[in-house]
Amino acid sequence: MIIEKLAYFQYPFVRYALIVGVLIALCSSLLGVTLVLKRFSFIGDGLSHVAFGAMAIAAVLKLTNNMPLVLVITIISAILLLRTGSNAKIKGDAAVAMISVGALAIGYLLMNIFAKSSNLSGDVCTTLFGSTSILTLKKTEVTLCIVLSALVIAAFVFFYNKIFAVTFDENFALATGVKTGVYNLMIAVIIAVIIVLAMNLVGSLLISALVIFPALSAMRVFKNFKSVTICSAVLSVFCTAAGIIVSVIAGTPVGSTIVAADIIAFVIFAAIGGFSGGRK
Amino acid sequence: MALLTCQNLSLGYEGNTILSGLNFDVEPGDYLCIVGENGSGKSTLMKTILGLQPPLSGKILTDGGLKINEIGYLPQQTDIQRDFPASVWEIVLSGCQGERGIKPFYSKENKNLARLNLEKMAITPLEKRCYRELSGGQQQRVLLARALCAAKKMILLDEPVAGLDPNVTAQMYSLIESLNKVDKITVIMISHDIDAALKYANKILHIGKTVFFGPANEYKTASGFFTDKKGGCES
Repeated sequence: MIIEKLAYFQYPFVRYALIVGVLIALCSSLLGVTLVLKRFSFIGDGLSHVAFGAMAIAAVLKLTNNMPLVLVITIISAILLLRTGSNAKIKGDAAVAMISVGALAIGYLLMNIFAKSSNLSGDVCTTLFGSTSILTLKKTEVTLCIVLSALVIAAFVFFYNKIFAVTFDENFALATGVKTGVYNLMIAVIIAVIIVLAMNLVGSLLISALVIFPALSAMRVFKNFKSVTICSAVLSVFCTAAGIIVSVIAGTPVGSTIVAADIIAFVIFAAIGGFSGGRK
Repeated sequence: MALLTCQNLSLGYEGNTILSGLNFDVEPGDYLCIVGENGSGKSTLMKTILGLQPPLSGKILTDGGLKINEIGYLPQQTDIQRDFPASVWEIVLSGCQGERGIKPFYSKENKNLARLNLEKMAITPLEKRCYRELSGGQQQRVLLARALCAAKKMILLDEPVAGLDPNVTAQMYSLIESLNKVDKITVIMISHDIDAALKYANKILHIGKTVFFGPANEYKTASGFFTDKKGGCES
């Protein structure tokens, strides 16, 4: 029976899903460590709602290719959010919550007023939870995803030491001559790109899980930045691959299954951390 | 020639002036202590010197070829650092980031410098330990070692002994003194501890309602400040 199910993997769309899923998981977990430590865990959630709102606008404008518009709006929001981080009148968490809820409401409102399909709640549900869109990827989308992921990973490796310096102590970095503004901007752009990519995989509501869980799991066990980053990347890739395979075999929703795998991994890592006295 | 000169400096946030008309200068090799009541603008002054926030008016001149990436900085600890998963080595090495510019990885010289500063602070055995599991005094040494990686000529310390016990405080002070005397690094330190300031510093800058700037031995005799200070000082 399982052998029969495994035959699914000779279909290109299943392989596409696996490639795209693994790449998105890798990218989001790399930046996840930085975001969790900067107290921006919820930015994934907030930005994905912005992307949802942008998709609604694209739908209203009847754009055939909504990717550029969604990407631009999300990048601008990410820059505004991360920029206000340190000394704004509205602090990081409140700003994220505000944009998140606002974009979601406006997006739903627009879709409602200008609805073109009869199955509105179905459409909304699909955008939020991802459902099966990862299994309907076209070859061009897969190529785009591979290129963007490669760029994200290259940027992360190249700027790894700078990202560490900016995350650990932004004031010190700035005071000693590091151009923190540029690197914060870069982090914001990268996270926006990852989120727009990830919406295809798990949908907007579950993106946060991809950003937060691997980083938090890794931080339970490992105690330096490099090991945490590597562990989080490996864990995220493993959980996503496992989640996709299980969902194909068992016929469960892809996004939810991946997040379930992440939760199980977190519980295991928390237990290991507890036993070895990893976290004090 | 003065390393750093502040002319008619006004400090504050968004039009809310904390301090105005401040004049002082720092010569190479100086050990300057900045004292004053809470809220008198000591940390703001330090951030302004470091370029973290612009002065409301006035000028900060750096002469004698002092560049921004030749100044080390020991900030007060932030919340983020208290649960940050980073090893001592990673943190100390990150002090070299300022002079890397766009170059992505650390050079051999950077690593040697980091190793040297670990030794200076006597924390080489802690190299692989996790920062958040260290004691307060050890954490301050790590941050000081990091600041030293950036400090070619000058180091700015924002309350380096806050929250440390008397023994560790004395150790910190003697470490800072040896940086000043042996390594010839110019020190600017914010402190609440007037006795230590008078003991180690050669110049005192007192800011607040009244301003004093001059040699440490004159601060004692300058009318009002010393006794005033004793009463108004909180830690």
